[in-house]
Amino acid sequence: MRIGKRIALLVMVLFVFSIAAAGCGGGTETDDPAGDVIKVGVNVELSGGTASYGTNARDGALLAIEQINKDGGVLGMQLKPIERDNKSIADEAMSISAALVGENIVAQIGPLTSGDVAGSTPVMMENKVPLIAPAATAANVTVDDKTGETRDYIFRVCFIDPFQGTLMAKFAAEDMNATKAVIYCDNSSDYGKGLAQYFEKTFTENGGTILAQEGFVKDDRDFRAALTKIKGLNPDFIYVPGYYQEVAPLIKQARELGITAPIGGCDGWDSPDMVSVAGNEALNNSFFTNHYSSQDKDPQVVEFVEAFKAKYNKEPDAFAALGYDSVQIMVQGLKDAGEADSVKLKEALEKITDFAGITGNMSIDEQHNPVKAGVILEFKDGQQVMKTRIQP
Amino acid sequence: MQKVNNKWLKLGIEVVVLAALFTLVQYLITAGLLKQYYQISLASMCINVTLAVSLSLINGFTGQLSLGHAGFMAVGAYIAAIMTNMLDLPFITGILAAMLGAGLAGFIIGVPTLRLKGDYLAIATLAFGEIIRVTLQNIGYVNGPAGIMGIPKFATWPWLFGGAIVTIVVIVNLINSSYGRAIISIREDETASELMGINTTKYKVLAFVVGAGFAGLAGALYAHYFYIIKPETFNFLKSFDILVMVVLGGLGSTTGAIIAAVFVTALTAALQSFPAIRMVLYALILIIVMIYRPQGLMGNKELSLRTFGRIWGGRH
Repeated sequence: MRIGKRIALLVMVLFVFSIAAAGCGGGTETDDPAGDVIKVGVNVELSGGTASYGTNARDGALLAIEQINKDGGVLGMQLKPIERDNKSIADEAMSISAALVGENIVAQIGPLTSGDVAGSTPVMMENKVPLIAPAATAANVTVDDKTGETRDYIFRVCFIDPFQGTLMAKFAAEDMNATKAVIYCDNSSDYGKGLAQYFEKTFTENGGTILAQEGFVKDDRDFRAALTKIKGLNPDFIYVPGYYQEVAPLIKQARELGITAPIGGCDGWDSPDMVSVAGNEALNNSFFTNHYSSQDKDPQVVEFVEAFKAKYNKEPDAFAALGYDSVQIMVQGLKDAGEADSVKLKEALEKITDFAGITGNMSIDEQHNPVKAGVILEFKDGQQVMKTRIQP
Repeated sequence: MQKVNNKWLKLGIEVVVLAALFTLVQYLITAGLLKQYYQISLASMCINVTLAVSLSLINGFTGQLSLGHAGFMAVGAYIAAIMTNMLDLPFITGILAAMLGAGLAGFIIGVPTLRLKGDYLAIATLAFGEIIRVTLQNIGYVNGPAGIMGIPKFATWPWLFGGAIVTIVVIVNLINSSYGRAIISIREDETASELMGINTTKYKVLAFVVGAGFAGLAGALYAHYFYIIKPETFNFLKSFDILVMVVLGGLGSTTGAIIAAVFVTALTAALQSFPAIRMVLYALILIIVMIYRPQGLMGNKELSLRTFGRIWGGRH
């Protein structure tokens, strides 16, 4: 019995130490100062609430890195991605950033959501390593709310929330000739609320009226009460800024209740789950703003889509394209900087103009936001069809 | 006489060990020898120890299954962040207000719900945690779902370590006092302890308030270390994370809760290098531990110098 206890104690102690050692191992494979690789941190959501975004952005980023390495790398060096999962939690994103910075990365790609980028921000700023956010769309990601100063080391390749709301409002008013709209937004995210605000602003400026604003929260599954009310108002456009988890059943229920008005949304809709949950029929006559369309006939986009399909055997969504562009713009920055140095990379990134990305030509403005076009996609029998491209 | 000496000796050793640990880490940080990554892991450990020990008072010692711990943490985090970030008050005011606020929340939720037992209490506390989260999401003053960003980083190592130690000292002493005996008797048999003249509601509420107060402390430390707090951080999964630590450590063991909190934090950090299968490994390790140690790592025993002596020396 006593022997048994001793063994148990020993095993427990050894177990704890091995875990601790493994933890150390993660942080100390750093010390190869050899200059023949450039390390790139990939800090994305591979599990948790927004895993679908993170996984696709990771795939896009890794594809870009693979292509660049095949073409001889950057500055004569190969790119080495270091991939980490932040579980869609802000403090985890911060811890991972610290670990990545400890491994001497030149820049970090990700995280995807604005909140997780905010978690990662102080570490990147403190260590002067650029963070390139593929899809963090909140305005205050790159600009400090309190001081109005641009956060030096935080960049992004996506347009910001106000732009998406504005874009859809323009589309609704001009292309759809809508005058009476209802907003039914995700009240539990700043994303949904922000988009709703700018949609309302632009839509009313274009002479439309907002009949009502309803809200749902994350993980809601039954939207019939609010939808019945909306049906009674008889709007000619419904704006539903939110994420696909809630929007898919929402649209399904809306159509079941006999609402035929066009429904508009945002890049949070972009997921294969939309079609599988809502169904082809229900999604007809719904539109969303996005960063790019995989059906774009632009040769660069076609080439990317083919390469992506060949590697992963799936259609690249906007997050994949943005992940790809994040790496490409970083590579452009490295070339401009002339050396793999984080501070010089940051300076080069600030000067980028007319960079030809998959998601459009972009120039980085003084607030580290790209100036670029957006696209409107339409669901037609379960397929995303590119409707129009709107310049800012 | 012998006993008194032992007691002082034990206290002495504990103080020396803790002081040495504290100084070592403090030295490593100021000398710049400890990488930022390890500093963050250590901070998480301190915060998780505070959370696990405070929850173990409620779940492990009082035997009341509470699933709302993240809610109390949220109350503390937000109160502290408002105090320092928006009202520019000193950190200590923020911490004290956070503890009082979370304790008060514990009292308000405790008085009506602690009349419930088992599953019913679990559901009521779970609901409470969600109510806090949803309420915060809808308060414009704290930026709703976006949360508060740019909180000053006041929670340095002395605060974090101090917070964890104060929590442990207060809760261990509470458990070893006559109040603690009453609290444990409620866990063992509520009806019997009531028959013995113990005001069970009073003691349950007491344990609940103290546990909630220290969860508030953990929240305040979290907010001032991790720069951003948002309601989503304090969802019920966070409560479960803390519960996992308590159950893994052993219900009714403070040292168990501490070991498990450190273990789980280290495990999460260690698995960062395996992004694809991280959560699978994490779950697998927890399952294996629970199969071989269903009573938790420590059961309801405490780890002390004596335990080492007993197991190793073979004498009782």
